[in-house]
Amino acid sequence: MVQADTLWKVMAEQAMIINYSRGDNALSLLKKAIAWGTRKSPWIIHFNAGSCNGCDIEIVDALTPRFDLERLGILQRGTPRHADVLVCTGAVTLQTKDRLKQIYDQMPEPKFVIATGTCACSGGVFNGCYCVMGGIDSVIPVDVYIPGCAVRPEAIISAVAKLLGALEAQQKGGGKDADRRSDHSQVSREIQYFKG
Amino acid sequence: MSEYNRVVIPIGPQHPSLKEPGCFTVTLDGEKIVDVVVGIGYNHRGLEKACESRNYIQIIYLLERICGICSHTHTTAFCQGVEELAGISIPRRAAYIRVIVAEIERLHSHLLWLGVAAHEIGFDTMFMYAWRDREAVLDILAAVGGNRVNYGINTIGGVRRDIDDSLRQDILKMTDALQEQVKYYQELALTETTLAARLAGIGKLSGEDALKYGAVGPVIRASGIDFDIRAVDPYAVYAEIPFKVITDTHADVFGRTVVRILELLESIEIIRFCIKNMPDGDIVTKAPRRIPAGEVISRTEAPRGEDIHYIRSNGTERPDRVRVRAPSEANWHAMRHMLLGQYLADAPITIAAIDPCFSCTDRAIVINSGRETELMDWPRLRQYSIDWYKKRGIDVASIKIPERRMYF
Ligand code: SF4
Repeated sequence: MVQADTLWKVMAEQAMIINYSRGDNALSLLKKAIAWGTRKSPWIIHFNAGSCNGCDIEIVDALTPRFDLERLGILQRGTPRHADVLVCTGAVTLQTKDRLKQIYDQMPEPKFVIATGTCACSGGVFNGCYCVMGGIDSVIPVDVYIPGCAVRPEAIISAVAKLLGALEAQQKGGGKDADRRSDHSQVSREIQYFKG
Repeated sequence: MSEYNRVVIPIGPQHPSLKEPGCFTVTLDGEKIVDVVVGIGYNHRGLEKACESRNYIQIIYLLERICGICSHTHTTAFCQGVEELAGISIPRRAAYIRVIVAEIERLHSHLLWLGVAAHEIGFDTMFMYAWRDREAVLDILAAVGGNRVNYGINTIGGVRRDIDDSLRQDILKMTDALQEQVKYYQELALTETTLAARLAGIGKLSGEDALKYGAVGPVIRASGIDFDIRAVDPYAVYAEIPFKVITDTHADVFGRTVVRILELLESIEIIRFCIKNMPDGDIVTKAPRRIPAGEVISRTEAPRGEDIHYIRSNGTERPDRVRVRAPSEANWHAMRHMLLGQYLADAPITIAAIDPCFSCTDRAIVINSGRETELMDWPRLRQYSIDWYKKRGIDVASIKIPERRMYF
């Protein structure tokens, strides 16, 4: 526990959001440290749940030189286990439905979902097709909706910036909003691991 | 090698090297690929069926969203088909605008491919370069159509937006700048030894096999066969435009890269020619809402190859059937053949080299093998289905189908 304690202390000092000596317990420290990390450098994963590709290329576009999301600290990862934010496109098809759930479940808490494009928000033109579920929110909870067919990279950047802003406000405000997702079981499991 | 040495690796549907959901089940013997099962259909949304309940104008916007990368190609194929059914011919200026937009789209698609392919082989600098240059192309597309991806240029009977003089100057400026860059890529691809060493000899596909497996687009052209719908079955105004069909004899990923880079240069020439020779006049002719009964096959050359649309109309505002055979759909068989006997490490670039588009591919086909086939015409099929249900005690006529939810 000593090692873990020192680690959190260092992280917490860096974050300048808590005073360790005030007697925060390890759980809230860990939460705050994770929240700080998420806010400073959210890692995203991109999943295409049955889109037309249009929004997907715009997402990749947002990561390339002209728009360059990386300057906001945003990195694209290959696996959901590394990611904080799921950037999702497309009206969910019956085939991808279970995959989408799986990917969402694999992401560690706290996690956020951005529905990118009109068809991810509501089903868009594909609404009513026999193989389409509707928007992303018909399968998993969504935090940010970006409409547009296709969305422009500027819109994606603005959405991500808004998400970061909201995170920051939550942290400063603390309180119940910070615990909006009640299921922090994953976090407590990690705590147990450290204790053990 | 015995069966026991084989390892089965599933790649996808969510995988870092795939931007779209597809699933490849690769069987390995050591490092060599001995079998590949391509699992697609993750992106199947049921567009062809949806077409049957929309009118012709709505379908244009729906088909545009088959694929965001070659959206213009799909609508061109569809509009051409419907125009033929309706017996109208579009103004020449409209045909020129269609060609210009199609070629600008080819520029953006090939640059996108160049970036993705470079990314697959770990050459991220080129990825960023290619995508940076692609931005200029997208700016032009946004200026022409008002949107960066689905530009909605086509309509039945012509095009919706004109290209005016100042825009033409902008396009010319863009092509000049881009030509410089593409020449640089060409030099890079041909002289950079690491690039050539990484790409040469990978994903071999002989011309014979390419024909056998029905490959299309740059894949078949890189195997030395000059098959390009723009040349063999010219549509719009391609018959009047002097252009070369680019082929290459390397028959591997390197060849496909060269073909695409040279096609970029060729597209730039086509755009310049069209801008110079664009006639004045209308951009759209009036088209009827109801399209006379008939059936038609319409083909265009998408950036990825031959795109086929089959349309059957029945005299009403809605078609009976729309079938789309997108180019990526044709390339899968060839791709499986290319992957066999390769090293696993070469799989991503081999897959990327056909420039697969899963949204285009995921169409539904029902194949009944081993049964006798017969052709049924529409009334007989209808009668057959009514009888089929009657036999089971269901009276079709009494079933009320709830109104489809409409969102437009
Ligand atoms: S919102 Fe439009 S452009 Fe984006 S994926 Fe959906 S259909 Fe394609």
